[in-house]
Amino acid sequence: MINDATKHKLRDIFGKVNLLDSTEDRIAYSYDGTPLFGSLPDAIVIPAAVEQISLLMKLANEEKFAVVPRGSGTGLSGGSIPTENSVVLLMNRWDKVIELDRNNLAAWVEPGVITGKFQSLVESHGLFYPPDPGSSQICTLGGNVAENAGGLRGLKYGVTKNYVLGFEVVLPNGDLMRIGGKNMKDVAGYNLKDVLIGSEGTLGIFTKILLRLIPLPQTSRTMLAFYDSMAGAAETVSSITSARIMPAMLEFLDNSTIKAVEDFARLGLDTNTGAVLLVEVDGPRSAVEEDAAAIEKICRKSGAKAVRVAGDEAEGMKLKAARKSAFAALARIRPTTILEDATVPRSELASMVDFIETTAKKHEIRIGTFGHAGDGNLHPTGLTDERDKNEIRRVEGAFDEIFRRAVDLGGTITGEHGVGLAKKKFLESLYDTPFIRFMKTTKEMLDPNCVLNPGKVISVSPRCEGALPRSREQIEKALGRMDNPSEAYF
Amino acid sequence: MAVSNPDVTGHAPSVGSRGRLTEISDDLITQCMHCGLCLSVCPTYALTGLERSSPRGRIRLMKSVQDGIIPVSGTFEYEMNFCLDCQACQTACPAGVKYGELVESARVLIESRRKGFSLKKFILTNFVAGKKGLRVAAAVLRFYQKSGAEKILLPVLKVLMPGLYKRAGMLPCMSDKFAIDVLPEMLDPKGEARGTVAILTGCVMDAMYSDVNIDTVEVLLENRWRIATPTGQVCCGSVSAHSGDIELAKSLAVRNIRDFEKTGADYYVVNSAGCSAFMKEYGELLKEDPQNCARAVEFSARVKDFSEFLYETGYRKPTTKLGGVVTYHEPCHLVHAQKVSGQPRAIVNEISGENYRELNEATWCCGSAGIYNVVHYEEASKLLERKVENIRACGAGTLVTGNPGCMAQITAGVKNARMDVEVVHPATALNRLYKSDRKT
Repeated sequence: MINDATKHKLRDIFGKVNLLDSTEDRIAYSYDGTPLFGSLPDAIVIPAAVEQISLLMKLANEEKFAVVPRGSGTGLSGGSIPTENSVVLLMNRWDKVIELDRNNLAAWVEPGVITGKFQSLVESHGLFYPPDPGSSQICTLGGNVAENAGGLRGLKYGVTKNYVLGFEVVLPNGDLMRIGGKNMKDVAGYNLKDVLIGSEGTLGIFTKILLRLIPLPQTSRTMLAFYDSMAGAAETVSSITSARIMPAMLEFLDNSTIKAVEDFARLGLDTNTGAVLLVEVDGPRSAVEEDAAAIEKICRKSGAKAVRVAGDEAEGMKLKAARKSAFAALARIRPTTILEDATVPRSELASMVDFIETTAKKHEIRIGTFGHAGDGNLHPTGLTDERDKNEIRRVEGAFDEIFRRAVDLGGTITGEHGVGLAKKKFLESLYDTPFIRFMKTTKEMLDPNCVLNPGKVISVSPRCEGALPRSREQIEKALGRMDNPSEAYF
Repeated sequence: MAVSNPDVTGHAPSVGSRGRLTEISDDLITQCMHCGLCLSVCPTYALTGLERSSPRGRIRLMKSVQDGIIPVSGTFEYEMNFCLDCQACQTACPAGVKYGELVESARVLIESRRKGFSLKKFILTNFVAGKKGLRVAAAVLRFYQKSGAEKILLPVLKVLMPGLYKRAGMLPCMSDKFAIDVLPEMLDPKGEARGTVAILTGCVMDAMYSDVNIDTVEVLLENRWRIATPTGQVCCGSVSAHSGDIELAKSLAVRNIRDFEKTGADYYVVNSAGCSAFMKEYGELLKEDPQNCARAVEFSARVKDFSEFLYETGYRKPTTKLGGVVTYHEPCHLVHAQKVSGQPRAIVNEISGENYRELNEATWCCGSAGIYNVVHYEEASKLLERKVENIRACGAGTLVTGNPGCMAQITAGVKNARMDVEVVHPATALNRLYKSDRKT
């Protein structure tokens, strides 16, 4: 626990009202969107200025407590889950769009701006910010940059890192560093920008972000194709790409997911269907019509039993919103949804989906799968109940196999959610030793006391997880605390 | 829960359902997988930016109380009552968490532990739930407004009790007469009736907007429905239930069921969204009352909100249209609690012809929320400001909405902002057009 003297110092930095440490507040920041993970922070601080964040990091290094940055808390790998002995740094009030530069197609934003609001704003100016995570209605741009978030438009437009021109960041020692600018080309120095993007809050705290924008496509068309089985959907995906058509979105949902989504969104989807593909094409009107017609033909040729084209953009929006609800809608089937993020090269999609189905059967669990078919980015979701510990163990066993298989197929353990706490144990199986050493050295150099979001992505030293108990009394005390539910809550 | 109270059916007690609310249901809590999608639509989270003022945060606090990690603390009580119970989160939640049920259970839990006198409970029991009390209160307020006492008292209040002064300014003009006193027990339309509908005249609606009740009756008559007005009807019970007094709500429900059944009506048409929402839940409310549960289910099946009923049974479309720009505000208890949204929109669209303009954030709570704007005046005012700014941007001269709470709140808001916007109930709008049809 952070002692009272340190809390006093925190209060001096942030002011009384911006330091929260009631049990209720600590409970309310003990979780994020990640299933099964949670832990109480010692306090929550709400900064009003960059200087306060610098002072916080300096104090953290002096007093050896951890700082865990947080936006809206929608992450799915545990990136904003408090660690032991930690203070949550709440950035969601930093929600101003500082500058929208229509000449340079760029925007300076604060990290707490909601992604969806930013998208609407730039679209009202005829501009486009493509990264579109499922939680865009509430997630923050700062969190998106920290996690290098992907989303539904990855295939044609890429992910968050493709739209970050620069930022200001507070480093773990409290220094403020500025990277990048409005230049479309810039090779001065190492490409440190890409080291910090996706660092999951372990290397720096973004305080200002410069984002790249592109012109808004003239129009778009959304359609749904229904298949008896996954095989037809997978065939469609490879046929579309080999026909050199680049849809803005190429998403799929399996039968369990369709049922859950229909139960929530009531779109009149055929729930007796094995798989659904959601395809969107965008661009100039003529090209969109041409592509849409070609895709419809491919769908039917690959065995689609029905193709439904959205009548207008409003209907298209509804279909996309329904797809975005998939993860949470699956909780209608079972309350705990363990969402994973295994990604394989596009050509291995069908084989990976097959493997997921077989593995689910083998472990006697239920898995609903949906995801970004065009990116090979799958979201197999274990449908379970956290109160059933046996079943949770079986789900974890199944996902162990699924990750290993993804890596064997040349894939990766996480396409867009990040490593955080949830996938940490798989990271070392993915990369060779020099890669891991490179990461650890970078972290140790920037954050020698390991105070910024420790224990996430990789572990560098035991201190990361909090001070080890030294004396017998300390051990007793630590064990005693485990019996006291208010301290060992999870 | 008392061991000496075994479930008669032998099943595990269904804790947390409205029937038995001494605990918050573990199943309902676990259904929340804390994805955070509710945060984007929660008005109180928008106000504070704090997780504990969000649906997800509140559910976690309930879980912590349930698990014995925290007591029913002051902060817990504050957050549960700070919630507007607008249920926008329930519309947004893909996982289907029954948040409304959860927060109401939490309030029952809070009230069940309260010892001593509660002014809120006293007022709700005596002045809202009891028709006599309501009459006395309305008469006093009417006298206060009509006698000139308002003009004298308001400046005094402004100095002495600024909090009460601001709230007093929100008060709409009281009705001269209760519609329920004027309406006969049965009214026949011209020509052959399509069936019989019984109407609820409501408490707030009748005290402040008895005209709307008359408009409702006239519109229904125009559409050839026979109107029954059950004379023994009482408050629907929603205000009591939302404040945690579930027993009072149940007894009111039983009385209404008895009184409405007597009319033999095919439908029970309700023009206050808050009341129709709650009356549709009588079945759930009384599900563990063996004497009344079946009747309650039957009752709820007959309940229709005014706009829902008109749209679904068909109505004569007036040839005259509303003038100026018209917009529609969705009452929380219509759009979120009843999922009735397309029907009133279709009606408003129809009667405003080319002049309809969409209101930004139409589904956001205006801050009225039952008695919320009295208890949480400051917060409610911020929500109202947000609503008023959206109305200003939309440029509407007429705002249609089907709930007396929203009508009073938004009327006060636009008046305060010196905007020339008329707030009308769909029944009033329709009746006006029917009348001008007859003139032409």
